[in-house]
Amino acid sequence: MSTHTEHQASQGPEPLDVNDPKLTRFDIVREGARRDDIEIVHYEPQVLPGTKAERRLTRVVAGLFLITGLAATAFLAIYIWWPWQYEAGRGGDKFYTPLLGFTLGVALLAVGFGILTWGKKLLPKEVSIQDRHEGQVDSEGRTITGQTMLYMADELGVKRRPLLGISLLAGLAPVAAVAAAPLVGGLISQPHKNNQMFTTGFAAAEGGQRIRLVREDGRPIRPADISTGGQLTVFPGIDHGVSNRHADSPTLLIHLRDSDAQESRRANEKVGHGDYMWGNYAAFSKICTHAGCPASLYEQQTNRLLCPCHQSQFLITDNARPIFGPASRRLPQLPIEVDSEGFFVAKSDYTETVGPDFWERP
Amino acid sequence: MKRRKLDLAATPGKAAVGVDDRFAVATPLRKLLNKVFPDHWSFLLGEIALFSFVVLLLTGVFLTFFFEPAMTEVVYDGSYAPLQGTPMSAAYASSLDISFDVRGGLVMRQMHHWAALLFMAAIVVHMLRVFFTGAFRKPRETNWIIGSLLFWVGFLAGFTGYSLPDDGLSGTGLRIASAIMLSIPVIGSWVTSSIFGGEFPGTIIISRFFIAHVLLIPGLLVALISVHLGLVFKQKHTQWPGPGRTNNNVVGERMFPRYALKQGGFFMVVFGVIALMGGLFQINPIWLFGPYEAWVVSAASQPDWYVMFLDGSTRLMPAWEIPIPIGDGYVIPPLFWPTVVLPGILVGLSTMYPFLEARHLKDRKSHNLLQRPRDAPARTAVGAMAVSFYIVLTLSGANDVIADKFQISLNAMTWAGRIGLLVLPPLAYYVTYRLCLGLQQHDREVLAHGVETGIIRRMPDGRFVEVHQPLSASNGHADGHGQLDYVGWVVPKKMNRLGALGPAIRGFFYPIEKPVEAPVSPGHPPVEARPEREEIGSGESRR
Repeated sequence: MSTHTEHQASQGPEPLDVNDPKLTRFDIVREGARRDDIEIVHYEPQVLPGTKAERRLTRVVAGLFLITGLAATAFLAIYIWWPWQYEAGRGGDKFYTPLLGFTLGVALLAVGFGILTWGKKLLPKEVSIQDRHEGQVDSEGRTITGQTMLYMADELGVKRRPLLGISLLAGLAPVAAVAAAPLVGGLISQPHKNNQMFTTGFAAAEGGQRIRLVREDGRPIRPADISTGGQLTVFPGIDHGVSNRHADSPTLLIHLRDSDAQESRRANEKVGHGDYMWGNYAAFSKICTHAGCPASLYEQQTNRLLCPCHQSQFLITDNARPIFGPASRRLPQLPIEVDSEGFFVAKSDYTETVGPDFWERP
Repeated sequence: MKRRKLDLAATPGKAAVGVDDRFAVATPLRKLLNKVFPDHWSFLLGEIALFSFVVLLLTGVFLTFFFEPAMTEVVYDGSYAPLQGTPMSAAYASSLDISFDVRGGLVMRQMHHWAALLFMAAIVVHMLRVFFTGAFRKPRETNWIIGSLLFWVGFLAGFTGYSLPDDGLSGTGLRIASAIMLSIPVIGSWVTSSIFGGEFPGTIIISRFFIAHVLLIPGLLVALISVHLGLVFKQKHTQWPGPGRTNNNVVGERMFPRYALKQGGFFMVVFGVIALMGGLFQINPIWLFGPYEAWVVSAASQPDWYVMFLDGSTRLMPAWEIPIPIGDGYVIPPLFWPTVVLPGILVGLSTMYPFLEARHLKDRKSHNLLQRPRDAPARTAVGAMAVSFYIVLTLSGANDVIADKFQISLNAMTWAGRIGLLVLPPLAYYVTYRLCLGLQQHDREVLAHGVETGIIRRMPDGRFVEVHQPLSASNGHADGHGQLDYVGWVVPKKMNRLGALGPAIRGFFYPIEKPVEAPVSPGHPPVEARPEREEIGSGESRR
């Protein structure tokens, strides 16, 4: 690059002696530009010094800067003295954030427009042309650098002593692995620990104790608690059953109307789930088999369950088969019955994999 | 001893000499001050992204002082009454505290979120500018690739960021992200359980996302942005064709003082707009969503806008599950295609585009002059195809909201999206191509026959013809028209562009066409005689 500059400069007009006292400051600026291969071809003030236009523009810019000062002061005053803490009935605090944003925004916009006006209107307009040196390939430089690098390679003598290269590679490869090992080794986690991907909180506890279905507040559920056509989100009645620790356990317990229940039972029998329902009650996993959102919008009239994330629709009366949208697998059904005390229990865990699909799901 | 008098006026000069003695910066600094930048409004789009990124860093640092990236369960006792006593994660509780119990915290949080949305939007619009004007061509392919990577890294920054509050909406997003990772064939379950530290949601994901969001991803962004700007600086900015502009020069303003002032002012304006939005427009009101619970979701759960196209592709994907009957049987879930394969294809196609186009056109030259979109119809049409593809996907990401607001069947919206995704892009290609050709033809027509004057003349034989003002002197042809070459820049199509009518003054809403006084030449003489006015030309012919 610098060789070009000198080369060009020697071709162009003689460089000025910048210490010449006759030169104006602008002459020196222009000479500097020329040395950087820049030609200032047009440089023209937009306002004349001392004119009305100049005074007006100066006032505008100054006014904008003063607005900034005012708005910033207002920001500080509001920040300090405005009631800011949340009050239940929404008092003055609801204006706190808008006022802060407004004053800060006005302060910044005013200083921004002030600077812009200063730059665009008060400073001279200019057109400068700078040389790109495009296409002027420094082939000599290329040759020198290329030869230098090849020379260095020769000196190292990897070609003559290939063992050095091979052994270095052989030595470095494990080093790279050493760098990666702690990261991979530390993060890696066996996905099938405790068979966790195939079980939920409804898996029977040790001793064959069947798990109750409970509400969000942990109370067990009697059949009479759900009206016909109604539905309820239920959880395994275990420690932390109603928490994200059992994110795949939330289940939808539906009390179907008589005719729908018959249809549902027939569908159940077709897939060998004949005893999954209890009376007119059926329980399906709430976790969408597509992307794991809770499929929670139940349309009673059509017995469709819609997942609001990607609009997969499941037909409850047909084993919760997906009938529209991107889901490809039916919602697993939880076999339920009522225990001797009259509360819903899970006969067993889900017999199909709950939640979004993955490679090794059989 | 006599005290030496301190000469205040000479102090800066002396200090400057002292600095230059030690660091020899005078000449490099002069080169920097003198660097010429071409000017056009479309060159400022990328700057919006840069400035939003600065705001993101500033507000983000503030937020880290108050955010607690932990999933430990706490009971909320802050001042937001409706959630008092609710068990939630420490991350969500501290996000609520930022909103309600940190003075000015909410405005910072909202500015951070708005700046992120603006950052992504500016990246996309800047990318469109670069694409449609051909600014990505040799020698700038590397910068195009870095730019496309910046979109995806910004995407990750945004996603990890809005997952952090651990509210009802972001938890659902995280759930979907885990399902996306699960859907990868062979390694999916291993990847997911390694990232989440076990089964979803685990207890560690927020802290991992936090460190990614505040250190790893911003570090990567800073690195990429630095290289991006460094390359712009080294390779010099592209410019539009025009009088005196060649492939071999840069016509514009020196960096100091005017260009730098304008940049500084523009930064303040962008910052100011973000502050206004952060204060006046509510965004992501996490206190309304409640803490994340795996069984709670509501309709109209949309991600941030730049994620919506992937949400849309997921919604449109048919339920095509690919079973692989080996051993116990394996499966490739339908979720894999729109969320893993599609982004992969998009990254590949967009980064490779400069090379594909150069190969197709057998173009090995360097290009520093931009092309008007109409002059590269095939590229413009491909771009329109990509844009329509993206828009269909983004709209489909909100198809439930559209269905609800416009009373359309949800299933019809899905089908419209599926069909639209296949039909609209080719249609966009065709229409855009024709539009480009039409615009080209009109340019040539004006060059050949002149500008429409609006004057109708009746010929002796009774015909009416419109008088055209030719753009060049007669060349002796019978029709009295000269022939001008098109050189890749705007062809004047109105009389006032030729100076035949008074110049249009900018009105508030539209130009006011009324003659004004000729501009008074100011006393300060131009540095050199102004170059002769020449016909519109890019200078390409003078190369």
